[in-house]
Amino acid sequence: MSTLEVSPVEPLSGRPDHSVINDFSIQVATVNGSGSQTANTVLMRSIFQMGIPVSGKNMFPSNIAGLPTWFTIRASKHGYIGRRKEIDFLVAMNPETAREDVMKLDSGAAVVYDEPLKLKELRSDLHFYPVPFDKLVAPVCPEAKLRKLVRNMIYDGIVAWLLSIEMEEVHKALVKQFGKRKAKAADLNWGAARAGFDYAAKTFTKTDPYRVERMNETAGKVIIDGNAACALGSMFAGVTVVTWYPITPSSSLVESLIAYMKRFRIDPESGKATYAIVQAEDELASIGMALGAGWAGARSMTATAGPGISLMSEFIGLGYYAEIPAVIFDVERVGPSTGLPTRTAQGDILKNAVLSHGDTRHPMFFPCSPEECFTMAIDAFDFAEQFQTPVFVMTDLDLGMNNWMADPFPYPEKPIRRGKVLTAEDLENLGGFARYRDVDGDGVGYRTLPGTHHPAAAYFTRGSGHNDKAQYTEREDDYINNMERLSHKFEVMRKHVPEPAVNIASGARIGFIAAGTSDYAVRESCDQLRAEYEIEASYLRLKAYPFTPHVVDFIRRHDRVYVVDQNRDAQLLGLMRLEFDPEIIAKLRSVRYFGGLPLDARTVTDEVVKQEGK
Amino acid sequence: MSTPVIPPPKKVNRIGLEVLHYKGSKTTLCAGCGHNSVSERIIECFYELGVSPFDVAKFSGIGCSSKSPAYFLGLSHGFNGVHGRMPAIATGAILANRTLMGVGVTGDGDTASIGIGQFMHLVRRNMPMIYIIENNGVYGLTKGQFSATADIGSTLKGGTPNDLPPFDCCALALKWGATFVARSFSGDKRQLQAVLKTAIAHNGLSVIDVISPCVTFNDHDGSTKSYSYMKEHESVLHELDFVPFYEDLSVEIPEGEVMDVTMHDGSHLRIRKVDKDFDPTDRFGALAALEAAEAKGEVLTGVLYVNTSKPTFLELLNLSDDPVATLPESKVRPSREVLEQVMEELR
Repeated sequence: MSTLEVSPVEPLSGRPDHSVINDFSIQVATVNGSGSQTANTVLMRSIFQMGIPVSGKNMFPSNIAGLPTWFTIRASKHGYIGRRKEIDFLVAMNPETAREDVMKLDSGAAVVYDEPLKLKELRSDLHFYPVPFDKLVAPVCPEAKLRKLVRNMIYDGIVAWLLSIEMEEVHKALVKQFGKRKAKAADLNWGAARAGFDYAAKTFTKTDPYRVERMNETAGKVIIDGNAACALGSMFAGVTVVTWYPITPSSSLVESLIAYMKRFRIDPESGKATYAIVQAEDELASIGMALGAGWAGARSMTATAGPGISLMSEFIGLGYYAEIPAVIFDVERVGPSTGLPTRTAQGDILKNAVLSHGDTRHPMFFPCSPEECFTMAIDAFDFAEQFQTPVFVMTDLDLGMNNWMADPFPYPEKPIRRGKVLTAEDLENLGGFARYRDVDGDGVGYRTLPGTHHPAAAYFTRGSGHNDKAQYTEREDDYINNMERLSHKFEVMRKHVPEPAVNIASGARIGFIAAGTSDYAVRESCDQLRAEYEIEASYLRLKAYPFTPHVVDFIRRHDRVYVVDQNRDAQLLGLMRLEFDPEIIAKLRSVRYFGGLPLDARTVTDEVVKQEGK
Repeated sequence: MSTPVIPPPKKVNRIGLEVLHYKGSKTTLCAGCGHNSVSERIIECFYELGVSPFDVAKFSGIGCSSKSPAYFLGLSHGFNGVHGRMPAIATGAILANRTLMGVGVTGDGDTASIGIGQFMHLVRRNMPMIYIIENNGVYGLTKGQFSATADIGSTLKGGTPNDLPPFDCCALALKWGATFVARSFSGDKRQLQAVLKTAIAHNGLSVIDVISPCVTFNDHDGSTKSYSYMKEHESVLHELDFVPFYEDLSVEIPEGEVMDVTMHDGSHLRIRKVDKDFDPTDRFGALAALEAAEAKGEVLTGVLYVNTSKPTFLELLNLSDDPVATLPESKVRPSREVLEQVMEELR
């Protein structure tokens, strides 16, 4: 008998002939707005609490309710937390997509599904576990209108039984999810999870090989999304003015920040806010406010995504020329307008590097993890004030909105650095100052803040047409001098941006260069290339632009270097083309992915193997 | 033996500064431009009231009007931003340092076209600052195109008529939340002074729409923003007297004829009624008066509305009294324990 089907009516006697432990992906397919997020978070957290490295990816539509959504949980004993292309365990709850979801699975995968969907008829090479969700939910949730939400928790119980997830951990995760204030909701959901577990125990014979086993790899770790991590970094950086306009996928960055600031940044003595957070009328205003605040001495920030960056373009150019600090979090996503705003990409790299008109260059920081979101946010505020310029912190939807397992964040040990600001006392000692004069040789002038009580303090801020005393000028030499100083300042930044993480593999002829969330796929790909093709690959992970000399050194050391881009036009590679010598550029190859999902290792590996002619 | 010449003592204001300290660089606008008169009134008012120029921040967008902040209050920081987006810069700066007195100067292109969204949101927030519109109905710096405040039927210098109705920036400000709204004329020195001084004393957004003729592109017979048109069509609502807080209110006011408004800083605005029915604390009455004047082809000037009790945006934000920009690290970086607490919650 070739079928692997399992049915409660006619249980098959087959037992799995092997086990796959702590190394598989679960995909839950539901309808947006059905309350599945709670069930999915609890499932992910339960595995995490069992000490198993885990990651969660939410693939959701731009919609409030009704469209399909998929949540993928990957458990990996090896610690791989990037997306895995192959799905081993499907929970099919969405009638709209169930058939396609099942047809896409590799042979041998397991499927938990809503019984009326009749999925087991589709294939004979999968392990099917049909569950009568409606029948199970009614007794545990007497209130009919809540059933839609509680129903999903049943699959947590089913999956827990099938994968050997400990129910005590499910309970603990549930309590954490709902908090003390919603104990009643937690109880209701726990009842549903139990019902699922009991049903599975009573009904199913496990035939698939997937299960978890307790490990000790997550002790002390936290689960957090990148947006919340950026928010925490900003709070600990001492941000004082936050101006924003809602846009997916950046909105939750500021929403998290609002929640944290309300808790931790109200002055206990006065009861007043030590910050202002303002939802602006649009991105034109949010960046204008951030620059106005930066000009007046605040640590200011905004958060947005690609379309917002486009709107901010003119102001950011002014910020460059007027030399005003501000931190701009760009949570990158796919395309403009109604498109794929809920899918991830790294599509703003080239644009942001040279955003606005005239000659402009902007520093960008590329965190790849929640820890780096936190530490680089702090660094970015210091950097913006040190160099008096707008700084981009480039994350993406994958990092920003998905939950990640992370090490706890280190408390910032260095004091806040506010850059070159002259006080009235300084002015008294100096006798005066020239706003845009390069006194120290680093291209950075001294500034004064409005409100400084000294006759020499004031200056008039405007765009590119100024001399070093901030006076209006249209003189050729003044313009050129200013432009060259700005260029020099950018060169100095090169020595102060975060340095890349470099891993040179012994005997490697090829290397990777990647940034941000591409990291997970690239690291896993390096292992795949070694294990499956005996190809050694070195890896340089960029943490910032402008590029540091490490990048060219790295390229020189290798025959070919694969630059990984999560965009169609190889933007990171393009940025290198703008400044590297031809013999360096000639060594660069491109690996691109732009389908809107988080990059996976297999895509990278396949592309490299193809180009290597293996 | 000659008698030594003793220079006359320099005239100073109550904080010991001369009028010279309130001046800016030399204007580059056309001779006779209304905007220069506005700059002069600003210099006079800030000098006379003894406002510290170190506590003032000047803001502007793009256009002839937006150049003018360079021509007054040279001891104040200034920020010439991008077109129509002065409100955002000013908002950010005042959030950073609420002790700054913000003075924004814009034109009708800035405010009524590209910047109308930002203008309306500034109004809606009742952001405490002075917002002056130097309104001449025309784009000067790009050489004479209509602006969105040009009256229907008025013409360009070459005779092209305007087909579209104007935005009345005062009506917009009245409707959506500004707490001091006035219209004046750059040629009316006394009225503009009283209006500006009241704006300085006001805690909230002051919108001052100043008809400020463009002598180069819009001072011709077809214009409704010319000096001669204003002379013929200005309808003055009332006579205004401003009594600063540091002066005695010695003269008793006869009841019924003069309205006395106590401003935030203790100064008084005395409004001597010309039109008995007009009440500048009645927002919708002011809107009706603007409508009626427009129907009669008149330009109503004076204080249209004053409200001294509405909270400003800064109060709604519960913003620290000290400028947040310069709060010490101890106030803006939470403790190690806070980070540990947050991490524990995420485990």
